Amino acid sequence: MTAVALSGVGKVFNAGRADQVVALTGVDLTVDSGQFVSLIGPSGCGKSTLLRLVADLIQPTSGTLTVAGKPARKARLDQEYGIAFQQAGLFEWRTVLRNVELPLELRGTGRRERKRRAEEMLELVGLADFTGHYPAQLSGGMQQRVAIARALAVHPLLLLMDEPFGALDEMTRERLQDELLRICAQTGTSTIFVTHSIPEAVYLSDRVVVMSPRPGRITDVIEIDLGPRSEATRQSAGFFAGITKVRRALRGTPAPTSSSPSASSSASAEVTAS
Amino acid sequence: MTRRLRVVLGALAALLLGALLWEGYKAVGSDNGASLFGVRVLPRADDSAMPHVLDILKRFGQPELAGGDPIWLVVLDACLFTLRSVAVGFGVGALIGLLLAIVMQRFRVVERGLLPYVILSQTVPLIALAPVIAGWGGKLSLGSYPWQPWMSVATIAAYLAFFPVAVGMLRGLHSPAAIAEELMHSYAAGWWRTLVKLRLPASTPYLFPALRLAGAAAVVGAVVGEISTGTRGGIGRLVIEYSREATGDPAKVYTAMIGAALLGLAVAALVGAAEFLLNRRRRVLV
Repeated sequence: MTAVALSGVGKVFNAGRADQVVALTGVDLTVDSGQFVSLIGPSGCGKSTLLRLVADLIQPTSGTLTVAGKPARKARLDQEYGIAFQQAGLFEWRTVLRNVELPLELRGTGRRERKRRAEEMLELVGLADFTGHYPAQLSGGMQQRVAIARALAVHPLLLLMDEPFGALDEMTRERLQDELLRICAQTGTSTIFVTHSIPEAVYLSDRVVVMSPRPGRITDVIEIDLGPRSEATRQSAGFFAGITKVRRALRGTPAPTSSSPSASSSASAEVTAS
Repeated sequence: MTRRLRVVLGALAALLLGALLWEGYKAVGSDNGASLFGVRVLPRADDSAMPHVLDILKRFGQPELAGGDPIWLVVLDACLFTLRSVAVGFGVGALIGLLLAIVMQRFRVVERGLLPYVILSQTVPLIALAPVIAGWGGKLSLGSYPWQPWMSVATIAAYLAFFPVAVGMLRGLHSPAAIAEELMHSYAAGWWRTLVKLRLPASTPYLFPALRLAGAAAVVGAVVGEISTGTRGGIGRLVIEYSREATGDPAKVYTAMIGAALLGLAVAALVGAAEFLLNRRRRVLV
């Protein structure tokens, strides 16, 4: 089954005005059920825009977009997806448990069922002992785990993540990557994951979608087949081969216009930085 | 416990310091004050302008007029009378402020159109407005219940009280981060549920400072309102009445002024208690 299908999707901001920006053009992408897909590319390549289109936070200017076989708007109204951003975005006046309960509350789930589901999700992210804490009492990594638990609370078909680990330190980041993979495997959720980091994309994904800016578009899709991930995966030859492939794809972006040298050099600068 | 003790001691020390400054100035200041180029820059220090602190305190225990109730009782009665106008004015004002903030947050056009007038409303001199409100009030009745003078006073109090709440809450309602709003949008939560689950709880840090200002404004509004509409029975009226007797009985007017100040403190304390209770309830709620 297909979780997400985009065909010929484009997005233009401020169309027809002097500050018009073509954020995305001609995007075709299919995410199969249970698949983990990363979007990677330099700043301004439209990866976050693409994620927000799927989330129906913004609407495409052209093309068609379906989530769980429905139009994106319908999928949002049915809460078919859970979403997590770079900032955890927890409500500081609610306890951890009540933060995770929020999407269930808005769905009209009963009180007892709500509590049960939220506790189950917090168990899943390893925060069962922190249900009564307030977000301000938790570390950044723990807050991000609460945000993931909240995104998963409605048992969504699809998980959308916009650089969720971007603000975390490397150790926390690797631990959360492993947890995320375990959770996705356990729940069978499909995931679209936006990241700046090549190793992160390769480690997590079944497919890495490489994007390029001006105009934002997909330039390459790289299949990754590393089998079940473990600590050893991070040292394996296959992992490094995947990283090299993605890096080449990011560098080898063909120039769309004559002003491209600056575009491609800024893209490679981004890559070496990450 | 020690913290609470320190607060109490601090408050007492501040009172004592105030009394000492008052008496100290009386001891060193000239009876005619000090003038600079014909303008008096320091007040007169004689007993008719600045009665001794002890005399003022003693005056509380003596009857208002020969054979009447003691002053403390009269002042207390007047304060309670005014408190009704303050409470109603505060409540109505806070409610109007809240509704205005919600409407302004909901519709940008309204915010742009209305906010200048909200600010303008506070620059209208109260002295000019009070007789107008009292005049309108005289022609109104609430069903079969006739309009009472204290209602005009409450209206003036509300007129001052709504402003800090409207401005503070508007900021509070705008305060949630963009991602929190997107999150609510992703949950398919409409305007009302975003308001209830996100904007209102997010704005409580803005609400209570605004309510404190509104409480103080309501007291000022009620006192000034009583004076300028000539409403009898309240502390504002008492200040005016007693100040007319200031030459013969200088300590008397200070009793009314202390009463007005205590009324303001009482209102501030009530708002503080409400905040304390709400915060505690939040901590307890799981």
